[in-house]
Amino acid sequence: MSGTESIAFDTPQRERRADTFAMWVFIGSEAMLFGAIFLVFLVAHVDFGPAFAAASKHLSLPLGTFNTAVLITSSFTMALAHRLALQRRWRATVWALVVTSGLGLCFLVVKGIEYGKEIGEGLAPLLGMPFRYAGPDPVHAEFFFGLYFAMTSLHALHLIGGIVVIAGMIALWRTASPANRLRRVVTVGLYWHFVDIIWVFMFPVLYLINR
Amino acid sequence: MTNAAMSGTYLGEGSGPRAWLLTTDHKRVAWLYLVSLTAFFFLGGAMAVLMRIELATPAGDLVSDDVYNRLFSLHGIIMVWFFLVPSIPASLGNFLLPLMIGARDLAFPRLNLASWYVFISGSLFALFAVVAGGVDTGWTFYTPLSTLYANGWVSTAAFGVFIVGFSTIMTGINFIVTVHTLRAPGLTWFRLPIFVWTLYATSLVMVLATPVLAASLILIVLERVFGIGIFNPALGGDPLLFQHLFWFYSHPAVYIMILPGMGVVSEVLPCFSRRPLFGYKAVAMSSIAIAVFGFLVWGHHMFVSGQSAYAGVVFSFLSFCVAIPSAIKVFNWSLTLRKGEISFETPMLYALFFLALFTFGGLAGLFLASLAVDVHVHDTYFVIAHFHYIMVGGMVTAYMAGLHFWWPKMTGRMYSETAGRIAATVTFIGFNLTFFPQYVLGFDGMPRRYHTYPPEFQFWNVLSSAGAVVLAIGYLMPLFYLGWSLFRGARAPDNPWNATGLEWQTGSPPPPHNFETMPVVTRPAYAYDMKGLEHERFSPHREEAAG
Repeated sequence: MSGTESIAFDTPQRERRADTFAMWVFIGSEAMLFGAIFLVFLVAHVDFGPAFAAASKHLSLPLGTFNTAVLITSSFTMALAHRLALQRRWRATVWALVVTSGLGLCFLVVKGIEYGKEIGEGLAPLLGMPFRYAGPDPVHAEFFFGLYFAMTSLHALHLIGGIVVIAGMIALWRTASPANRLRRVVTVGLYWHFVDIIWVFMFPVLYLINR
Repeated sequence: MTNAAMSGTYLGEGSGPRAWLLTTDHKRVAWLYLVSLTAFFFLGGAMAVLMRIELATPAGDLVSDDVYNRLFSLHGIIMVWFFLVPSIPASLGNFLLPLMIGARDLAFPRLNLASWYVFISGSLFALFAVVAGGVDTGWTFYTPLSTLYANGWVSTAAFGVFIVGFSTIMTGINFIVTVHTLRAPGLTWFRLPIFVWTLYATSLVMVLATPVLAASLILIVLERVFGIGIFNPALGGDPLLFQHLFWFYSHPAVYIMILPGMGVVSEVLPCFSRRPLFGYKAVAMSSIAIAVFGFLVWGHHMFVSGQSAYAGVVFSFLSFCVAIPSAIKVFNWSLTLRKGEISFETPMLYALFFLALFTFGGLAGLFLASLAVDVHVHDTYFVIAHFHYIMVGGMVTAYMAGLHFWWPKMTGRMYSETAGRIAATVTFIGFNLTFFPQYVLGFDGMPRRYHTYPPEFQFWNVLSSAGAVVLAIGYLMPLFYLGWSLFRGARAPDNPWNATGLEWQTGSPPPPHNFETMPVVTRPAYAYDMKGLEHERFSPHREEAAG
């Protein structure tokens, strides 16, 4: 076949369109996954609003805000990679990808520091660790932190997935045809933006409620 | 199977384990699925037979209550997650979708193979839970039983089901993209065979509902392993939330299980009554309607779970609504038969049995959708009978119809028609004997999930257990005559049933890339009434296939 990865396609253009479409379908699927978890959070928030608002104040707003900025910047560099790939400026594209995944790593490191801080303060109701919480309604605050760890770690897993895929893409860069390079950048870019948008929703829901 | 006659076909492309296990040919991946699904089907069936033997007498004499709980849990987990959900889409759908739309393969052949490996790893992971000691939560993993009380390998089994979910999503994405991007020239949406429409509707449900199941299973595992109490009231959680999340997936999932069966029947009925499918557009659109409505009725599993009465009324109303597109299909299938030249080959027998059993099971669904009646029969054998009529009487019968219909295409061999007809009839009799008594039992108040019962229920239970034996024979028979046909069956012509559809215009078995020349479509589906079909009876390839 003429430079397509799957034998089903006649031309690389059609394959790229199909890949992009497949990624959109996958994003629809992922939206349902996060949607279910957000729904759980929102139902709980309706029930235990004051407890959640109080517990939310124990999260680190500066670190959360910093991380939000980091992720939004990474989406910008990813968009840059897409543009550069369209212009076939391959060297610059790779650099944009390296910066993007670097920013993703930076997010994970900061998130790790945040987790460490919360575990140290006894705010992590995980694995039988003691939950020490001074505020009102500790039972529902514990529920809040349970959800916080579930939601942010699920997001972090998606981010790790994105970084691994970008790393793989860079590793296979030399052997990939221009059509395949462009196709991969476009598809992975869509995914990256999606993971970014999930955080854009997660940040206000977890950090900014009732501030 | 591989010999000189198979060269030039997809079966002639090598026969070692590497040629099968590393293939990206959708036709071979379909076989990988078919073989593993058959194994799971008989494994799950064996559990059911053990349960029926136990229930032949009122006392618990064969197995203890604990073992019985594990038996029905494993029966449900295996049958629902590892057989019914992937059954028709992953085997017949995988084989036929590219053939039916005139494509060389699915859009993502490697993703397709990967989906099988994910499926196998997930299901073996869950089976490990069986060997290690079993699960006693039922296939639904209800909280707080599954999170606080169950002493089995719940996390392992739930995680296995979670992994299998990925394979479902992979298949769904692959099918959706394939239908959108790889249809042959001239094959417009309203010329697609209904089987393709139903696979498409199924894939939509797979892609949009499975992640919600994944979320609820992750939360169970998080609760059991990490102690995050999402469903634990003591930690601020809500056990009922799990039922909402679970049924938000699992009700649409029952349409994952039945829609492809409806597609198979829509192919078989027109072919053996020599008539175009009546109301093609209505049947196509009702598939999409079922997929959409399916997302809005999950609350009817929770009429007695303490949800608000107003929610109950709304869910009841919506559940009646979902019967409408199903009824549209049944009426259109029946009208397809009207004035047709009906012949009773094996696939047709199975398809007609499907029609009867699906209708019967579907009508019982209306009873269950009524709030007051549901309170009476909730968690009784009435519910068991209802969903087995749909899932086994409907889906498995349609699966058998499809398997017999496309067997010559898949293998290039014909099976014994007499044996096929006998097996179909035995299945039908055995099925009704097994499950009709359960309607009576349920209405009389026998609850599900118990290994003992009061002696007055014994008559119907004995009938049901006897039926299970007949049913088992009906399902074992094809294993032998289909297996025999692989080696000794007569060579199948390209189009043994004289059917329309692109898959019949290529060789039996098809060449590695499906078509020697890529087909062009100029007619609607099911053109059984068009002039020129008589001519095609003797010519394997249509003229327009070449042009």
